[in-house]
Amino acid sequence: MGFLGDYDGKVWLNNWWEKNLGNTCKQYYYKYNSLRRSWWRKLWHAYVVFWIVISSSRFLHMSSEATEKRKESLVSLCDERARMLQDQFNVSMNHIQAMSILISTFHHAMDPSAIDQKTFARYTERTAFERPLTSGVAYAVRVLHSEREQFEKQQGWTIKRMDTLEQNPVQEDDFALEALEPSPIQEEYAPVIFAQETIKHVISVDVLSGKEDRQNVLRARESGKGVLTAPFRLLKTNRLGVILTFAVYKKELPSNATPDERIQATDGYLGGVFDIESLVEKLLQQLASKQSVIVNVYDTTNHTDPIAMYGSDVLGDEFYHVSTLNFGDPFRKHEMHCRFKQKPPWPWEAIHSSVGMLVIAVLIGYILYATVNRMFISEDNYNEQMELKKRAQAADVAKSQFLATVSHEIRTPMNGVLGMLNMLMDTDLDVTQQEYVRTAQGSGKALVSLINEVLDQAKIDSGKLELEAVVFDLRAILDDVLLLFSEKSQGKGVELAVYVSDEVPEQLIGDPGRFRQIITNLMGNSIKFTEKGHIFVTIHLVEEVVHSIEVEPQSTSKDTLSGYPVADIRRSWEGFKAFSQEGPLGSFSSPSSELVNLIVSVEDTGVGIPLEAQSRIFTPFMQVDPSISRKHGGTGIGLSISKCLVGRMNGEIGFVSIPNIGSTFTFTAVFTNGSPNSKEGRSQQINNQPHLASSEFHGTNALVIDPRPIRAKVSRYHLQRLDIRVELVSDLDQGLSLITNGNSAISIVFIEQEVWDRDSSISLHFVNNTRKVDPPKLFILVNSNSSFRASSVNSGDPFPVVITKPLKASMLAVTLQRAMGVGNRGNTRNVELPSLSLQHLLRGRRILVVDDNSVNRTVAAGALKKYGADVVCVSSGKDAISKLKPPHQFDACFMDIQMPEMDGFEATRRIRELEHMASIEASMDADGNNSKLRVPILAMTADVMQATNEECLKSGMDGYVSKPFEAEQLYREVSRFFPTS
Amino acid sequence: MDVLQLQRKLREHQAAMLREGFLDDQFSQLQKLQDESSPDFVIEVVKMFFDDSEKLLHNMTRALGQVPVDFKQVDAHVHQYKGSSASVGAARVKNVCATFRNFCETQNLEGCVRCLQQLQQEYSLLKNNLQYLFRLQEEIQAAGGSIPTIE
Repeated sequence: MGFLGDYDGKVWLNNWWEKNLGNTCKQYYYKYNSLRRSWWRKLWHAYVVFWIVISSSRFLHMSSEATEKRKESLVSLCDERARMLQDQFNVSMNHIQAMSILISTFHHAMDPSAIDQKTFARYTERTAFERPLTSGVAYAVRVLHSEREQFEKQQGWTIKRMDTLEQNPVQEDDFALEALEPSPIQEEYAPVIFAQETIKHVISVDVLSGKEDRQNVLRARESGKGVLTAPFRLLKTNRLGVILTFAVYKKELPSNATPDERIQATDGYLGGVFDIESLVEKLLQQLASKQSVIVNVYDTTNHTDPIAMYGSDVLGDEFYHVSTLNFGDPFRKHEMHCRFKQKPPWPWEAIHSSVGMLVIAVLIGYILYATVNRMFISEDNYNEQMELKKRAQAADVAKSQFLATVSHEIRTPMNGVLGMLNMLMDTDLDVTQQEYVRTAQGSGKALVSLINEVLDQAKIDSGKLELEAVVFDLRAILDDVLLLFSEKSQGKGVELAVYVSDEVPEQLIGDPGRFRQIITNLMGNSIKFTEKGHIFVTIHLVEEVVHSIEVEPQSTSKDTLSGYPVADIRRSWEGFKAFSQEGPLGSFSSPSSELVNLIVSVEDTGVGIPLEAQSRIFTPFMQVDPSISRKHGGTGIGLSISKCLVGRMNGEIGFVSIPNIGSTFTFTAVFTNGSPNSKEGRSQQINNQPHLASSEFHGTNALVIDPRPIRAKVSRYHLQRLDIRVELVSDLDQGLSLITNGNSAISIVFIEQEVWDRDSSISLHFVNNTRKVDPPKLFILVNSNSSFRASSVNSGDPFPVVITKPLKASMLAVTLQRAMGVGNRGNTRNVELPSLSLQHLLRGRRILVVDDNSVNRTVAAGALKKYGADVVCVSSGKDAISKLKPPHQFDACFMDIQMPEMDGFEATRRIRELEHMASIEASMDADGNNSKLRVPILAMTADVMQATNEECLKSGMDGYVSKPFEAEQLYREVSRFFPTS
Repeated sequence: MDVLQLQRKLREHQAAMLREGFLDDQFSQLQKLQDESSPDFVIEVVKMFFDDSEKLLHNMTRALGQVPVDFKQVDAHVHQYKGSSASVGAARVKNVCATFRNFCETQNLEGCVRCLQQLQQEYSLLKNNLQYLFRLQEEIQAAGGSIPTIE
């Protein structure tokens, strides 16, 4: 197991880095993980077992130690008791031996004897303390059979036999000696002649007739030492006792005397009765801890059948110790058994310590185990989370990709649908049908713009959004946006105006489409929520604004475009890092010639954003109120997209909004300066715009009569773009005096509608007076068609021309051209802008038409010529290649796709290759004109569905138009390549 | 003949051609392209179409007469013809071309031959009608009237 784990561990380690790259190692990882886990579990089990073993061995060790100790103490106790017993016994025995010498001295050696029964009894009585263990002593004399008669006569009693006594032990004190039978005839006798008072009854009993006593007596006289009997019940007391017998010899015998000699020399026998039980009891009482120890004394002469001499059968501890007792009789063997009364106590100490140890170890182990387990779990959780996170991210990416794909795929057929609807509009339809088609078209356009928004959001989400870097004209873009919203604003009666500071370079490098998208989005929001007042777009360089903060105090709230109060614009950029970071003069104080920091504000006088919703308006799909989307439509991602786009342009976006007063959105964006010298570049640029025809108005003086400085400034801005010198006055009287007395001849007068309408008599007076001098052209600036009361002015000449705001340089130019060039038409007319711009769109452009079908070719050429283009036709792809050699002579090329020999795709590819090579050469030549190196090629196809945009783009085309040419589509495609007004 | 009458006739004729599907909206578009700078634009285009038609019909006939028939070749001619007819708004010719191309794709010789005959028939009908139309226009112009546009 351990080896396996090791092996896998290595494999895992080897694959650890790879794991980060691929999924294959994940399997290794999980395998390793589960292996490791089971390994850990086994380790845990082993640990527990190990500690159980340790603690139990400790337990055993400690308990055995305790037992050992107990044993030792028992041994010492036992030995001590045995020794004391032996000592006491020896003392008594010695005394008895001494008595035997006393008897031999005073009884046998003296004649007549100095001792009689009475003396003996008294002596023994008085010396009984010397023999604490003996209950009595008696002396039996050796009598041969031949001497029996004489002896009996002398003593006055017959020798009696003991057998019956032994067989019928008598307990009572009053037992009768007379009951004993006289001893039968024996070879010799040993009748007791002296006895201590306590055992007086044994006098005259022949000790040789008792079986035990006989043995004893015989052994005693042979050995010459004290001899013990087996324990037996004592006659009177019925207690266990032994009799010690000493032989009394006639003379002193040598220690090495033979038994025969000893027998011959024997005179008599001295016996002492030892009451072992009381002996031991007394002894034990003297000792401490007598209660705890049980002592048994056995006579083990016969090994197989030891005779208990002392002790009860009380059960004690199983364990016992044996000490041998030596009572001086080599024949008899005695043992002392000691055991503890109580069973050994539980070894609590050992139990406690080992159990405690086990518990601690197990606890520690468990803590470790739990920790590791927890680690595994959190590791698992982590992996799981990572997996989920990965999946979520993948799902998110997939979602974005799906959105992008689907949006794109929807757009293509939607273009077909819209194209077809457009064509349907041109067919013969009654009013209801037209209404239906218009509604369908409107819905379709809304759908496409919605899809575009979703696509943008998806692109931002998947990080695919890339900004272009092309040269563009900021002012033209703003004019376009104005055009887009002019209809709506006119319908609502909201004034729409754009002001671009003179400091802003004409040509910028950046992404015009995205810039326009931001502005369109902000303005779209403004127009949605504004019912009165104005929407005002201003563009400055950040440096200008920063300086104005310091110099100018905030203009009064009345000084706005429409007179309605607005939210304080400066508060909208309060949060901008660029402003706060290094102070007002920080990063923007030294304008670099390369980077252009724009600050764009869109100010409206709408309903404003509720305070509680202000924090989340940049969140995707968040709207102020769900009801908003029902009322005004929209997905709520516009602002979030704008924020992202602004971020991509290294800018910031902020806003200030006061409910019921209005909102001001401000953003900054960083572009690159597109014109080498901003001022020069600007004037050149204006002159280069053919459709503006600004040179026509060069040197013209104009007067703008407007009481509101900001509005007048906007008017002046547009007129100055046409190279018209502008004077500003605030009312008609001032204007009149300027016209009549002024040094410069004023040929154009722009009068704000509100001034004109204020008093018709003053207006009339003004008209009549100006007519006196060189009559200037009069233009009335009105907000919306309906609001101007044409009746207020009498028909007369010159009749003022009405210009509907929003003002735009191109529109102004056309109107002025018409008014001044064609002359006074005498009727109020409004300018139709879309058709005008289309008519001017292709003016002076050289366009190549490539189609093998002569009929198609002629029709296409006719259509393009109608829009003012200079058209050249060729009939094959090869001819097209020969015509389209860089540097190009043509501004655009319309190419049929399906052509014999070489189709449109192939021709385009070849042209692009040539262009590529040419651009490499041109780059070596340093300053080649880029616009001449790449010609826009548009595909012409009869079938919208067949030729998708992608196919065209793949082969290097820039777009496609469906045949036959349809005005709006043509405009849409071509406007991408020709800078519009 | 009275100019007004001629104008009415022209309108009726043109309306009829549109109604019967000889022409479609594209023809009206074509007429819109005609202005002072190119007064004979429509006639020029239509004449070009006539020349083209005859050349292509001839080519188709020849291609279908070959053994074996090169359907790709035939298809190319039909495609050309379809494009031309679409450009001038000759709707019925264009529709027959579409059918013709289907037959070319399935290499149905019998169908192709039938379509070719149909094309020739449609073409001659269209040509007659258009020539009549132009004649009416000429007469109107000769009478000093303006050519009415179809709304």
